[in-house]
Amino acid sequence: MNTEVLRSYLPLFTEAFLLTVKIGWIGIALSFLIGFVCAFIRYFRIPVLTGIVKGYVELFRNTPLLIQLFFIYYGLPAVGIRVSAEVCGAVGLGLLGGSYMTESIRSGLEAVPYIQTESALSLGMTKTALFVHVILPQALSISVPALVANLIFLLKETSVFSAISLMDLMFTAKDLIGLYYNTTESLVLLVLFYILMLLPVSIAGSLIEKKARFKMFGD
Amino acid sequence: MSEILRVEHLKKSFDELMVLDDINLSVQRGEVVVIVGPSGCGKSTFLRCINGLEEIQEGRVLLGDEVINPAQKGTNKHREKIGMVFQSYDLFPHKTILENTTLAPQKVLKRKKDDAEKEALELLDRVGLASRKDSYPRMLSGGQKQRVAIVRALMMHPEILLFDEVTAALDPEMVREVLDVILDLAKQKRTMLIVTHEMAFAKAIADRILFLDGGQVIEDGDPKQFFESPRTERAKKFLSTFEYDRS
Repeated sequence: MNTEVLRSYLPLFTEAFLLTVKIGWIGIALSFLIGFVCAFIRYFRIPVLTGIVKGYVELFRNTPLLIQLFFIYYGLPAVGIRVSAEVCGAVGLGLLGGSYMTESIRSGLEAVPYIQTESALSLGMTKTALFVHVILPQALSISVPALVANLIFLLKETSVFSAISLMDLMFTAKDLIGLYYNTTESLVLLVLFYILMLLPVSIAGSLIEKKARFKMFGD
Repeated sequence: MSEILRVEHLKKSFDELMVLDDINLSVQRGEVVVIVGPSGCGKSTFLRCINGLEEIQEGRVLLGDEVINPAQKGTNKHREKIGMVFQSYDLFPHKTILENTTLAPQKVLKRKKDDAEKEALELLDRVGLASRKDSYPRMLSGGQKQRVAIVRALMMHPEILLFDEVTAALDPEMVREVLDVILDLAKQKRTMLIVTHEMAFAKAIADRILFLDGGQVIEDGDPKQFFESPRTERAKKFLSTFEYDRS
């Protein structure tokens, strides 16, 4: 392995890393937003919308991100909607992630026993107050492991962004390999940058998990 | 004594199954009514109807002169005045003991945190749990959790307290500590409706016994008379299940 090559590739990879992280996190923020809204719709069994959410979750959970991105990137212009590759990546990741987040948050909400609602009601609490103070905090601490797993999964999914010509880490690596045949160096940097992206998330996730679940479940 | 709770011709069914069939009851302020009866006779459902946790098909439940109807808005206002303690304690697992007892007073009665905490600590002290204020429910024994659940209900200053088989899930040695707390409440002249299978406790605490069977009030009267010479065959048969005889 040529360290000189590594050094010369570093700026390109750093740039790609920052872009990947940026789009990744925007997509993840979007996925949380979608996840909460859709999980609430299903939990409260809001008519009509519940059906739409079910359809959305099945559609996006059961198709690969790559195909979703192709549809958004190449399909939307066909109907006159043109979006940049960056917006497309973030929205695609958000929609895919949203379907996973919906189910994870919903499973937490459904896991809180109904008697918790009844005991809060019998204290005179309104439905809103009991949801905010009793149900949601418990649901989230149940969901945390699933949410962290989703987060890591989504960050790894960013590697398909290259398919819609986003200059992300994967794109940069493939490009450099194609141009200069320094396969080993490019792949080493690719792996290192992905670890750099994910390891802190993984560690932070474990800490959050520990903190969020201690109250209810102990060590 | 003045009337605090009145139940008129209450009927409750789950689909085809009639669970409560024309129940009438008037409870006076300060009265302790113990409800006994075989499993599935509708005791718990009766308490749940009083607290508006179940919709009723016919009749009405009145707290003072207000009708409790879960189908209408504002049931939460009535529930403020009715404290309920469940068999399975059902403390909020993500909150400390102190938070469990002060959440509703702050959110519902809009009391100040310091003020609510001060009262909660006094009440926790009274049930011997002030030192556990910062513990989470999972760290407590069943009996301790149930005592906290009683304090949580008392913190709302309810006009009437409902106890739904509060010792049924406890180990025998923990039953006593919970029942002592309830006996203490009776001494304070609190109005209570108690569903229990602890006959010795029922005998000791009740001003009045209500014997339910098949969704109907079979006997309603003086505890001494009920336990010593029940009027009906059904009550006799029920009470005989608590006696053991080798011969």
